[in-house]
Amino acid sequence: MGLFIAQVLTGLANAGALFMVASGLSLIFGVTRIVNFAHGSFYMLGAYIGYTLMQVLPGAVGFWGAILLAGLAVGVLGVLVEVLVLRPVYRAPELFQLVATFGVILVIQDLALLIWGPEDLLGPRAPGLRGVVRIMGEPIPKYDIALLVITPFVALGLWYLITKTRVGVLVRAATQDREMVGALGVNQAWLFTGVFALGTALAGLGGALQLPKGGADLMMDFNILTAVFVVVVIGGMGSLPGAYLAAVIISVLNVFGVTYLPQSTLVLMFVVMVLVLMIRPYGLFGREEVAGEHGQVGEPERPFKPAGLQVRLLVGAGVATLAAMPLYASTFSQVLATDILIFCLFAASLHFMLGLGGLVSFGHAAFFGGGAYVAALMVTHADSPMELAFILAPIGAGLAALIIGWVCLRLTGVYFAMLTLAFAQLIWSLVFQWGDVTGGDDGLVGIWPAEWLKETTVFFYFALTLSVGGIIALRHVAHSPFGYALRAARDSARQAEATGINTKRVQLLAFGLAGTMAGLAGGLFVFSKGSVFPNELEIARSFDALIVVFLGGVKTLAGGVAGGAFFKGVEDILVRFEYWRLALGLLIIVVVILAPDGIVGSLRKAAERVGLLKRGEDTT
Amino acid sequence: MLELNAINSFYGKAHVLNDLSFAAERGQVVALLGRNGAGKTTTMKSIMQLVRPKTGTVTFQGHNITGLASHKVAKMGLGYVPEERRIFTDLTVLENLEVGRQPPREGTVTWTQDMLFDLFPNLAERRDNRGKALSGGEQQMLTIARTLMGNPSFVLLDEPSEGIAPVIVEQMVRVIQQLKADGLTVLLSEQNLHFARAVADTTVIIESGSQKFTGTLDELNAHPEIRDAYLSV
Ligand SMILES: Nc1ncnc2c1ncn2[C@@H]1O[C@H](COP(=O)(O)OP(=O)(O)O)[C@@H](O)[C@H]1O
Ligand SMILES: [Mg+2]
Repeated sequence: MGLFIAQVLTGLANAGALFMVASGLSLIFGVTRIVNFAHGSFYMLGAYIGYTLMQVLPGAVGFWGAILLAGLAVGVLGVLVEVLVLRPVYRAPELFQLVATFGVILVIQDLALLIWGPEDLLGPRAPGLRGVVRIMGEPIPKYDIALLVITPFVALGLWYLITKTRVGVLVRAATQDREMVGALGVNQAWLFTGVFALGTALAGLGGALQLPKGGADLMMDFNILTAVFVVVVIGGMGSLPGAYLAAVIISVLNVFGVTYLPQSTLVLMFVVMVLVLMIRPYGLFGREEVAGEHGQVGEPERPFKPAGLQVRLLVGAGVATLAAMPLYASTFSQVLATDILIFCLFAASLHFMLGLGGLVSFGHAAFFGGGAYVAALMVTHADSPMELAFILAPIGAGLAALIIGWVCLRLTGVYFAMLTLAFAQLIWSLVFQWGDVTGGDDGLVGIWPAEWLKETTVFFYFALTLSVGGIIALRHVAHSPFGYALRAARDSARQAEATGINTKRVQLLAFGLAGTMAGLAGGLFVFSKGSVFPNELEIARSFDALIVVFLGGVKTLAGGVAGGAFFKGVEDILVRFEYWRLALGLLIIVVVILAPDGIVGSLRKAAERVGLLKRGEDTT
Repeated sequence: MLELNAINSFYGKAHVLNDLSFAAERGQVVALLGRNGAGKTTTMKSIMQLVRPKTGTVTFQGHNITGLASHKVAKMGLGYVPEERRIFTDLTVLENLEVGRQPPREGTVTWTQDMLFDLFPNLAERRDNRGKALSGGEQQMLTIARTLMGNPSFVLLDEPSEGIAPVIVEQMVRVIQQLKADGLTVLLSEQNLHFARAVADTTVIIESGSQKFTGTLDELNAHPEIRDAYLSV
C-alpha cells in the first residue's frame, strides 16, 4: 500500500512539467492553429537558462527566482520567434508554419550546444528540500512534494486566467473563430503574440522546475515532445483540464511501468492513447475539429496535369545523366547519389498522401524505418536471402500502413497527424526497448546485399531503377482515376461521397501505398548501409520527410523529389560543419519566409512572371 | 459617412463585385437588396476588409479604409453583424458581449450590458448560458448586442431577418428604429422588401455583383418592375 501511494505521488509530481508544456502547446494551437513542434525546444531552453541562473543567484530565493526568471526569459524568446519567424508565414498555406517550427528546433539545438556544451548538466537541488519524507515507510523526495503542491497552483492560475479574465475570454473566442474576433476590433497579432509568449513561458517554467529531478541535456526537446503530444491528444486539443488529467494519467502510468514492466514504459503510453482515442476520438475533453471552420480563402488549387512532352524530355535527360554517373563520377558520388535517390523515393511517398490526399502524417518514418527493420530482422533471425528480405520490406511496411492507417483515418486534421506520430513512436519504442530481438540502441548490423549487388555501381543502378520506378509509379497513380478520387476526397469529402467515392477507403489505400513505397525506400536503405538503427524510425526522420515535402512544394508533384534532392544535397554539405543544424535551421526558416510555395512552386511562379511558362501549366 | 467607390472584389479568380458604388449618410438606414448569391455578403465583407477589394476604395468618415486590417476598421466605429451570426458557441452570453466590448467613442452611444439587456430582454435571462444553448432568434440578438458593445457609429446588418420567427423579426424592426433614433447609421442587407420597407431610407439593388438600382424607398415603390426583376418575393 505504501509503495502504491508513493508511486502515485511520484507520478503526480512528474505530471507537473508535462502539464505545463502540454497546456502551452494546446493554448498556442487553439488560437494560432499552429502545432508548435519547437515547443520541446522551449522546454529545453527553460532548463538550461534555469541552470545558469541558479549558478548565479544564491539561496532559496535565488533558486525559485531562477525558475520564474527562466520561464519569463523563455517567454521573451517565444515572442522573438513568433514575431520574426511565424508572423511572416501566418498567411501561408495551412501547416506550412510547421516547417518554420522545425527550423526553430534545429537552431535552438545548436545554440544550446554552443552555449552550454554537449555534456548533460546535473540540476542543482532545491535549497531546503534535499531529503526525503517518509509516507507509510516509503521515501519520497521533498522536492516531489513541492512539485505536487506547485503544479495545481499553476494549473489554477492558468484556469483563472483563461476562464475569468478578458484575455482568457478573447483567447477562447479566438480559438473558435479568430477572424470574427478581429472583426470585433481585437488585434489578432497581439493576441497571437501574447498566447505564444504565455505558451512558451509555460514550457520554460516546466523545464526549469524539473531541473532538480532531470537536469538539462540536448535530447530534452524531442524526448518531451512525444509525451506532450500524447497528453494533448488524450486530453483533447485546447482543453486545460484535459491536459492536466492526461498528464497525471501518463505520469502515474509511467512510474508504475518502470516498476512492473521496465521493458515497455514507452509502449504503455501509446497503448493508453490508442485506447482512449478508440472510445473518445477527440480526446477526453476535446471537441471535434470542424474542417474549414477557421479556413482562410486561399488561391484555388491548380489541377495537376500530366507532364507535357518538353517536361518528359527534361526528366528523361536528367535520369540519363544520373544513369551515366558511373562513367564520370567517383564511387563516393555514387554512394551519395544512392542516398539521395532513396531519400527522394521516401519523400515522394509522403508527398503522395500529403499533397494529393491532404493526409498530413507526422510519422511517415514508421514505414521507412519499418521497411528497413523488416528486411534486417529477416536477415538476422531467419537467415533469409537478401532478395526475399528485400521484397518483404515494402510488403511489411505496406501492411503496417494499412493497419495504422485504418486506425488513424478515423480522425482528421491535426488529430490524424498526431495519431500517426504516436504510432510511429510506438514502433520506435518497440524497436528501442525490445533489445533481444531488435538489438535496441545498437541496431542490427551486417545486413549486406546479395553477392550480385555487392558492387557499389551495381547497387547504384539497383537503387536508381527502383527509386525512379517507384516515383514514376506514384505519378502514374496520381493521374489515374484513383488519384482523382483521392483529390476529390481531399477537396470535398462530402461531394466526393455524393459521387459514389468511398473516401475513407480511397484514403486508406493511399496511406497503404505511401507506406509501401516508404518501405521500399527503407529496404534499399538498409542494404545500402548494411545496418539499421532506431533513429531511422525517429520523429526527426519523419520531420525530414515533412520538411522536404513542404520545402519542395506541396502543390506540385515534383515537390517531393526536388525537395529531397535539395535537402540531402545541402545536408551533405552542411554536416561537414560543426554547427550544421544552426545553418540548416536558418536556411529552412529563410526558405519558408521567402518561398512560401516551396522551391518548385516558387520557381514556377517566377517563370510565369517572366513569361517562360503559361499560367496554370504544370511543369512536373 | 460611408462611401464605396467602384469596388471590385474576387474570390480567387471569381469576380464577385463589379464596380460597386454607393454611399450612406449619417443617420440613414440603407437597404442593400438582392437575391441569394447577388453579392450582399461580399459587399459587407469588402467594407470590413475581410475580403480585400482588388480595385476601388472604401471611405469611412473621410478616411480611406481600403486595405486596412479588419480590427482597425472595427476600431474606427464600423460594427459588423454577419449573416451566419458567428457567435462564440462555447462562451456564455456575457462572455460573448465581453469579446465585443470596446472603449467609449465620442459621438456614439456607450452601451453597457444592462442597456443591451433592456433592448433584448430575452438575453438577460440567458446571460450565463453558453451560445450553443440559444435559439436562432436569441443568437441573432446576441450577434447584434455583441457588435453594439463596440459602440459603433455604423452597423452592417447582414440579413438579420433570415431564419427567425416573425415575432422576433418585429422586435428587430423596433431595435433598428431605436438605433436609428440614437443616431446610428445602418447598412442592412435583405433578399426582399418585407423587412427593409419598415426601416430603410434608401435602397441599393444588386444582381450578380452589379448595381441595378439606387434610390429612395419611394422611388423604388414607383418602379415595381425593378422590384420584380431583382428581388425575391
Ligand atoms: N468564400 C467564397 N469562395 C468563393 N465564392 C464565394 C465565396 N463566398 C461567396 N461566393 C460566391 O460569391 C457570390 C456572391 O456571394 P454572396 O456575397 O455571399 O451573396 P449574397 O450574400 O448576396 O447571397 C456567389 O456567387 C457565391 O457563390
Ligand atoms: Mg449573404
